Amino acid sequence: MKDKSKIQSAGLIAFIFAFFSFEVIAGVPVPDIPEAVKGEECVEETGFMRRNHMELLSHQRDDTVRKGIRTSKHSLKNCFTCHIVKGMDNQPVTAKDPRHFCRECHDYAAVRVDCFQCHTSIPGGAKTTGARP
Amino acid sequence: MSRLPENDNKNRIDHYRRKLLGAGAALTGAATLGPGVFFTSIARAKPDAEPVSSEVRWGFLIDTNKCVDNCDKCVTACNDEFNLTGFGRPETDAQWIRTVTLRDKKTGHTTKLPLMCQHCAHPPCVDVCPTGASFKRADGIVLVDKHTCIGCRYCMIACPYKARSFVHETIENQKEYGPRGKGTVESCTLCVHRVDKGEIPACAEACPEKAILFGNMNDANSDIARRMASTASTEIRGDLRLDLGVRYQGI
Ligand code: SF4
Ligand code: SF4
Repeated sequence: MKDKSKIQSAGLIAFIFAFFSFEVIAGVPVPDIPEAVKGEECVEETGFMRRNHMELLSHQRDDTVRKGIRTSKHSLKNCFTCHIVKGMDNQPVTAKDPRHFCRECHDYAAVRVDCFQCHTSIPGGAKTTGARP
Repeated sequence: MSRLPENDNKNRIDHYRRKLLGAGAALTGAATLGPGVFFTSIARAKPDAEPVSSEVRWGFLIDTNKCVDNCDKCVTACNDEFNLTGFGRPETDAQWIRTVTLRDKKTGHTTKLPLMCQHCAHPPCVDVCPTGASFKRADGIVLVDKHTCIGCRYCMIACPYKARSFVHETIENQKEYGPRGKGTVESCTLCVHRVDKGEIPACAEACPEKAILFGNMNDANSDIARRMASTASTEIRGDLRLDLGVRYQGI
């Protein structure tokens, strides 16, 4: 009896070990965060930004919409302008593309970003289309 | 359009100071760059970090006598500014500004004028909004905060000027300064993105006849206030006593 449980626990340990070493070998899938093109540092410390960017964005949003404060430090535009991702055609990819800066982490964390239902996701936004209502 | 915040801000403040110093010389700077090309700015560009103030009341004074028949340059300029593309359904396509022709039944005299959100000081659209999305900025500009708009469209019904549109379709061609999205209501923003930079709205800039005068109605020295003081102007449906930010001459 004792032997059997020993074998069982050894098997379990081996399995767990194998599982983790497999993960280490294969690499834990982490988001491939696009580097900023401008400068070395984000507008705030990186760890702070990872945890609190949404708070900064909504604060800036209310200030801009309601009070007309137009500083761009914590603006949505600033995020995807610094962390621009270009496609094969050398044009910035929009948030429809999973490589887009915001989507890299949001897809990973399964958090949907609503911003781009209304906002453009590329620097400069769309060009004038010339079409008429 | 991509701006470096710090430098940009500094430049703007310098610009602002310079303007203050030269205020006597140029209340409204309008320099001709070439035939038909104007660079027009308003006297006061607000520093980026400064909130808008109720000392300012932005508005339009529209001279209907100057508005030419068959011209729709202001409408086109607005549509281009915000990529207001149509879906071939005139009843529901977004329309922030339109031209209206009034006909005096007795005399047959017609008057054509551009009509947009009148930026009411007592806006019915704000009164009825259940979420607080429809709001008036301190400087008199009436906007929809699309982050809180639930698309109920009460405001569209409340507005006496039919100034608001509902976005029925998924939009993908937004300008950087002009977010628009399905399920929200929108209307003339008085080109708030331009005004905050010290520029004039797209329609006023585009009008070849200069029929649309933009400015600070609260500043007695502004062109708009001086013209309002010297020439008769009126509000459309002034009987509603909404204290409009858009006034008309010649009606
Ligand atoms: S004109 Fe209509 S949309 Fe504009 S502020 Fe007045 S009620 Fe609101
Ligand atoms: S449609 Fe939006 S802005 Fe208009 S009343 Fe409803 S919530 Fe307010």
